[in-house]
Amino acid sequence: MDLIKKLNAEQAKDLPDVKAGDTVRVHFKIVEGRTERVQVYEGLVIAIKNAGLSRTFTVRKNSYGVGVERVFPMHSPRIDKIEVVRCGKVRRGKLYYIREKIGKKAKIKELLGGRKPPVRSQAAQA
Amino acid sequence: MLALIGKKIGMTQVFDETGRLSPATVIAVEANTVIGRKTEEKDGYNAVILGVQDMKKVRVTKPFAGQFPEGVAPKKVVREMRDFPAQVEVGQALGVDLFNGTRFVDVVATSKGKGFQGVVKRWGFGGGRNTHGSKFHREPGSTGQSTYPHKSFKNVKLPGHMGHERVTVQNLKVLRVDAENGFIVIRGAVPGPRNALVVVRSAVKKAK
Repeated sequence: MDLIKKLNAEQAKDLPDVKAGDTVRVHFKIVEGRTERVQVYEGLVIAIKNAGLSRTFTVRKNSYGVGVERVFPMHSPRIDKIEVVRCGKVRRGKLYYIREKIGKKAKIKELLGGRKPPVRSQAAQA
Repeated sequence: MLALIGKKIGMTQVFDETGRLSPATVIAVEANTVIGRKTEEKDGYNAVILGVQDMKKVRVTKPFAGQFPEGVAPKKVVREMRDFPAQVEVGQALGVDLFNGTRFVDVVATSKGKGFQGVVKRWGFGGGRNTHGSKFHREPGSTGQSTYPHKSFKNVKLPGHMGHERVTVQNLKVLRVDAENGFIVIRGAVPGPRNALVVVRSAVKKAK
């Protein structure tokens, strides 16, 4: 079992301080044939699922009037960087209710003052 | 073929080079000691006898100790591996680095025992419906015909003991070979419980 813990620790990254309700920019590496480029995906974190190494977070955004949700594995080596743009003031861990809301109701208030550590905590990838 | 004795440590997940998360089994391979060799001339086939895990001295009987050559401590687990490709000497310790460059392996192990099971679990019978007056739920049903042949044929699928049998899983991808710490990481599942003895060998049905 120690071997497994070691193996998992090797693959785990230092995770940024991201919580549901935050607006984040995910710098995601995309491989197209032989070239590799970084795509930035910005949106609201509506859920974080804790499951060890396969811990994921769901980012929702509105793209030309269509809601788009993407699930990223937090420890994925293809995630270059996660930037927290804005901290949200929310009272629950999963914000699935936001899917049914439109306009002003789909808005999340900013957590003024930010959380500690500071709002613009940037997780540089090792 | 190339084969070593190992121990199943357990399962986890591993990111591969494309960033995909794969299910993985970790198998620890401690040094496999070569106990003996069988040759075509003498025994009719080529093989290498490997052993792992040193025994407590009080547990070793003299007849058991007799099969080990001088200078090799008696081992708990002894297995014969046929047609071993590498040149090995008696007394040599083999490590997992033998699998460097091998892309696919087969794993042989004893599956988890499931006890006495009915036909639905053991053979995948569909069973009948539970409600609406049905009186046929998980029974085996008919086991044969009537006056002729007047018996149930052999090998009819019936309830019985399930699991705890030798199972081979073929063509499992090798994700990582760590010679330093003596373990190998394989994609997918492997028969048996944790800490079970397994034999890892290079895949029979894949070209190297």
